[in-house]
Amino acid sequence: MTTTTDHTIPDAAPIVLEKTVVKSWKTPITLSIVALLSIVLFIVFRRGGDTTFTFAGGRIAPSLPQLVVPTTLTCVILTTLLAAMAALSWWLLARFAKVPLWYSSVFAFIFVVAFLTWAAGDNSRPLPITSLLLGAVSLSVPYIFGALGGVISERSGVVNIAIEGQLLAGAFLAAVVASMTGSVWLGLVAAVVAGVLVSFILAAFAIKYYVDQVIVGVVINVLVLGLTNFFYSQVLAKDASFLNDPPLLPSLPIPGLSAIPVIGPVLFDQSIIVYLMYIAVAAVYIGLFHTRWGLRLRSVGEHPQAADTVGINVTGTRFWNVSLAGAIVGLGGAYFTLGSVGSFSEDMTGGQGYIALAAVIFGRWDPIRATLAALLFGFASNLQYTLAAVGSPVPSEFLLMLPYVVTILAVAGFVGYVRGPAASGKPYIKS
Amino acid sequence: MSDDSGAQASAAETGTEAAGSADVALETGSQVPPDDPNDNRWNDALRQILGGSFVISILAVVLALIVGAILIAVTDPGVQQAAGYFFSRPGDTFQAIWNVVSGAYSSLFQGAIYNFGRPTFSAGIRPFTDTLTYATPLIVAGLGVGLGFRTGLFNIGGQGQMLIAAAFCGWIGWSFDLPPVLHLIVAIVAGFVGGAIWAGIAGVLKARTGAHEVIVTIMLNWIAFYLISYLLRTPGALQEHGTNNPKSPAILPNAILPPLFGPQYQLHWGFVISIAATIVVWWLLERSSLGFKFRAVGENPNAARVAGISVKSVIIWALVISGGLVGLAAVDQVLGTTTGGFSSGIDAGIGFDAITVALLGRSRPIGIFVAGVLFGAFKAGGFLMQAANNIPIDIVLVVQSLIVLFIAAPPLVRAIFRLPTPGSKPRTKTPAPTATAEEATAK
Amino acid sequence: MKLELRGITKRFGSLTANDHISLTVEPGEIHCILGENGAGKSTLMNVLYGLLPADEGEILLDDEVQHFEGPGEAMKAGIGMVHQHFMLIPVFTVAENVMLGHESTGFAGFLNLNEARKRVREISAQFGFDVDPDALIEDLPVGVQQRVEIIKALSRDAKVLVFDEPTAVLTPQETDELMTIMRQLRDAGTAIVFITHKLREVREVADRITVMRLGKVVGEASPTASNAELASLMVGRSVELTVQKQAARPGDPALQVRGLTVIDHIGQLVVNDVSFEVRAGEILAIAGVQGNGQTELTEALLGLQQHVEGEIELDGNPLSGLSVRNVLDAGVGFIPEDRNEDGLVAEFSIAENLMLDRSDSAPFVKGGTLQLGFRSTFAAEKVSEFDVRTQSIDTAVGTLSGGNQQKVVLARELSRDLRLLVAAQPTRGLDVGSIEFVHKRIVQARDSGIPVIVVSTELDEVDALADRIAVMYRGGIVGIVPGGTDRETLGIMMAGEQPDDPNGPAPDPHDDEGRSGTRGEAA
Repeated sequence: MTTTTDHTIPDAAPIVLEKTVVKSWKTPITLSIVALLSIVLFIVFRRGGDTTFTFAGGRIAPSLPQLVVPTTLTCVILTTLLAAMAALSWWLLARFAKVPLWYSSVFAFIFVVAFLTWAAGDNSRPLPITSLLLGAVSLSVPYIFGALGGVISERSGVVNIAIEGQLLAGAFLAAVVASMTGSVWLGLVAAVVAGVLVSFILAAFAIKYYVDQVIVGVVINVLVLGLTNFFYSQVLAKDASFLNDPPLLPSLPIPGLSAIPVIGPVLFDQSIIVYLMYIAVAAVYIGLFHTRWGLRLRSVGEHPQAADTVGINVTGTRFWNVSLAGAIVGLGGAYFTLGSVGSFSEDMTGGQGYIALAAVIFGRWDPIRATLAALLFGFASNLQYTLAAVGSPVPSEFLLMLPYVVTILAVAGFVGYVRGPAASGKPYIKS
Repeated sequence: MSDDSGAQASAAETGTEAAGSADVALETGSQVPPDDPNDNRWNDALRQILGGSFVISILAVVLALIVGAILIAVTDPGVQQAAGYFFSRPGDTFQAIWNVVSGAYSSLFQGAIYNFGRPTFSAGIRPFTDTLTYATPLIVAGLGVGLGFRTGLFNIGGQGQMLIAAAFCGWIGWSFDLPPVLHLIVAIVAGFVGGAIWAGIAGVLKARTGAHEVIVTIMLNWIAFYLISYLLRTPGALQEHGTNNPKSPAILPNAILPPLFGPQYQLHWGFVISIAATIVVWWLLERSSLGFKFRAVGENPNAARVAGISVKSVIIWALVISGGLVGLAAVDQVLGTTTGGFSSGIDAGIGFDAITVALLGRSRPIGIFVAGVLFGAFKAGGFLMQAANNIPIDIVLVVQSLIVLFIAAPPLVRAIFRLPTPGSKPRTKTPAPTATAEEATAK
Repeated sequence: MKLELRGITKRFGSLTANDHISLTVEPGEIHCILGENGAGKSTLMNVLYGLLPADEGEILLDDEVQHFEGPGEAMKAGIGMVHQHFMLIPVFTVAENVMLGHESTGFAGFLNLNEARKRVREISAQFGFDVDPDALIEDLPVGVQQRVEIIKALSRDAKVLVFDEPTAVLTPQETDELMTIMRQLRDAGTAIVFITHKLREVREVADRITVMRLGKVVGEASPTASNAELASLMVGRSVELTVQKQAARPGDPALQVRGLTVIDHIGQLVVNDVSFEVRAGEILAIAGVQGNGQTELTEALLGLQQHVEGEIELDGNPLSGLSVRNVLDAGVGFIPEDRNEDGLVAEFSIAENLMLDRSDSAPFVKGGTLQLGFRSTFAAEKVSEFDVRTQSIDTAVGTLSGGNQQKVVLARELSRDLRLLVAAQPTRGLDVGSIEFVHKRIVQARDSGIPVIVVSTELDEVDALADRIAVMYRGGIVGIVPGGTDRETLGIMMAGEQPDDPNGPAPDPHDDEGRSGTRGEAA
């Protein structure tokens, strides 16, 4: 046998298997359906008159002049564009084997513009773009915090269905502590503590007792709902002025940036919690992919045994990162009581944690993509309020459904072949 | 008072007993540990009983009730007041705690099982029939969720399935004038179909595109909610004529589930349907070819696929049947308890409660039945507790979820009560050395 | 560094996996630990590496007693391990994998990847590896992945290096190269522990041999000992290394595969235009290093692969495009390579597993109802016929040993009316007794006139069973040669090259296999 040691190394180079292309027709099919829908909605049920878009300024930023377009003509042009793009997508797939993501994104953007033009047509009241976007960002805040927590937790190998519970607990404790102490800052700290406490339950059951993580998550959500409802009606409601009247976070306009028209008031005239969110998104992204913390976190989520054999404490890593996830989500919960509403009410998160979870999956476990998905959901949710004010013909329920329909379409179609963290959801049992 | 709370606890225990013992039988049946015969057999038996799931189930309920009692006590103004001078008269604090907790749990019992304040047995037993009434939809929905679990699917979309089912069976119930029995049957079938269709969407999407059923069913809940809300406020759709309320018309008498023990009790024939469904689901899972495939896919979809079982069609069928069963819960609501027309809150959280019921019943039909009755008792008693003792019914949610958490983590319960670990030997065994053990006995 | 184990004992419940094991490994020697599957070798190494705590005994490095709380401490003390199942994270790069656990970082925990890249290049250069530090692990062939494992251990200055069954995934040539690397390391003063059950490798490279059986050290042997001596020491009785079988009497071509191509979900041609045929009553072995398309080939035959092109015909009837159910009904028996993953439902009882692929029709199901009575009788019969060691037919299959599990799979498949048997890695991870049993049953099936395909990465198994051998490499069939073809030739073919000096006929898939089979045996 030794005679063959001088044999050339056959496998020194990676195996390069011949590749052919597996075409997925999901994208063109979806685009065509949407295009067809556009034709029915925007052309068959066309609306006349003009559509007016306004671009109001903020406290600092100046307003832009309003934009008036003829409704029918604009809709016809945009719909034709959509139909053409849908047709082109079939050709793109046939020719290049792939419809690029930017193509679908542009398509989606044109559809949204067409939809807005149509919905606010017929000389109805002007559509306020600034407040539409402002509201979208505002509604996205808990989604984004929730999604970041979900990304961290799932990347470390623990499915976090308990986002809902963490949000609710954060909202609750933030309200109570801020109200009692009169300090929003202590309220924020309390929200973090609440999120971490919920995470402790998740971590204890999922990591220590190997209970199915999805089940623990769902049960924790019920538990937190029961607890907060109980305390709300048993304690908070009896002395609301002392226990449930927290101060609101002040707006802190960023000098310079907040003076940009539209973008300024939407992004840079916000409360501290929104700025914390920007920092969190960047920090989680950089942390996950460029630091030791992220490398180790991802390693226990992908292949815990391999991490163990190089001396990484799998259980500990998971435990602390699930706790960190809880802290982040809890902070998002504080936004409900300290950022927007100003007091706690029963079940005030109303299932938004589940939407955050959908954003995690839609965003393929990537903090940036998940944030974008969360923004999309926030936009869809807010569209309903804006259009109701404008007097649109679409029943509000259908707009309210939109984020959920989009999510289903996303998980079933657009997302396609997605690979999450390999060991997510699997307890690590040392042999 | 003390007798009541004691009896309440034992009622809860017998409630879980069957669930627990069914599971014990299953576990011991499937894994006979090749124990060293020299071991003390009695010692082992004791270990098995003390650490087994039967005792764990009871202790989980007890633990959850204890936590509930703590919550009730610390939030009670009387207790807080007494605690203010705890160091001068500690007895007062304990007396206050005792008063509020025993009062609450005695209401819970009297509202759920038997009311001693009533003169006759037929009036006194009324709470128990209420318990069964509340249990009726929980059982069928729990069976639906449990059937999903056995197939490895998490149907979290009970709410949406119930809403669609309510629309289906309600529409049949008020729009047509059919002969007595036929009308009821058609309406029930329509409810089943409605739930089945809504869950079937998730099934088809999972089978065809791999979309995760947890995400899809959650999203379908919201879509159903807004869809039904829209239809309920739209004249000509589901809205009652001549009203502006988002509410449906009343069900015609022919389509109403008749009362089971006469008009003085709420309990209706839906309970009989629940019993029948329990038996059918048991047969389906344990004795039928389809159920065998469900379980095979649930335990190991890869092996099932290699063995020629069509995993995709199993997923679709399992969700269809699961949704249909959950739809029957809506039938109970619409044709049994809320016959005067429904609103978009008709699901009453049953879709989510069903998950805890299925978990508590360990996805076994008999266990689910018992768990459904237990949760029905919590619900019935919770209302009395809220009315009589001013304790929010949400405490029931807390107790229920704690029960499920404790039952899911037997080591935790054992640690709290310092119980021995049953079969601790096989538990720590790793696959590789097991092989050696077998070889050792083989040689 | 000198490694010494003194009286290491590890128990799992009533089972003693390691019973007072003592051994010494000197620096600059290759110490082989030989034993069959389940002898306790891996447990011993997990104890050494800090993954499992020992119940008794001590680990000494240079005569100092060590107490390892986890692998981290073992590594710090200078122990490195090349794991049987690589401990690499597929979606990380080589550099990231190498640095994981002892990362060099800059400000605020930022990773210093350049440092890791440099380290990878240094070690690669030292041993002549060609490893790109920025390649993703999942894109690398297994041979290279193993080198990454070695680099990982060396980058932590391992002085004692454990190789746990390292050759299972390698071509014979790669194995030779690994041997060379091991010698190189030894000459550089590293103490090497080499765990294996392959006698050939032991004799080739070992300086000292310790043989384990059933958790005990049963003796030491010198590298000059014969295969038979080592084998009987390892198994505890004299073993026949070859299967007794008659020459094949092949009948008509039964299975014909033409131009079969399988495309995986990311578009790779995992099986690339493969054609062959199998005759009734012959065993066609498909040899090759793991991961060269054998798995996908067998799955395609069974209808488990999605994107399949080409023709598959069994007895003149097309199989391609049929559902798994229909393929099974056409008389195809399948023993999957991963019995736990694809062959059995661990939580199901033996009886339930025996009806797993017949859950649709009589005799197990009538009118949609399970026939429990029939199932019990059937299961009891099969358990005794196939010698499944169990207390009851209701025992969960997951609690059985690997050998007994495989017997359940075998019993299920062979009790159907078969027109073709496909056995993928039928003896992987089994003890010698079970291997003999499985081989006997496969040969029996062949003798009853069933065409048989055996996929194996073990040349010993190929040698023992094959009437003809098809060698696969990167999705294609390199050639089809008669049974008994020498290892050298097979090894070259497994590396994807035509043998320079083919003994026997040219590797033509449409060769007249009947005669060549007998000729191979004669040669």
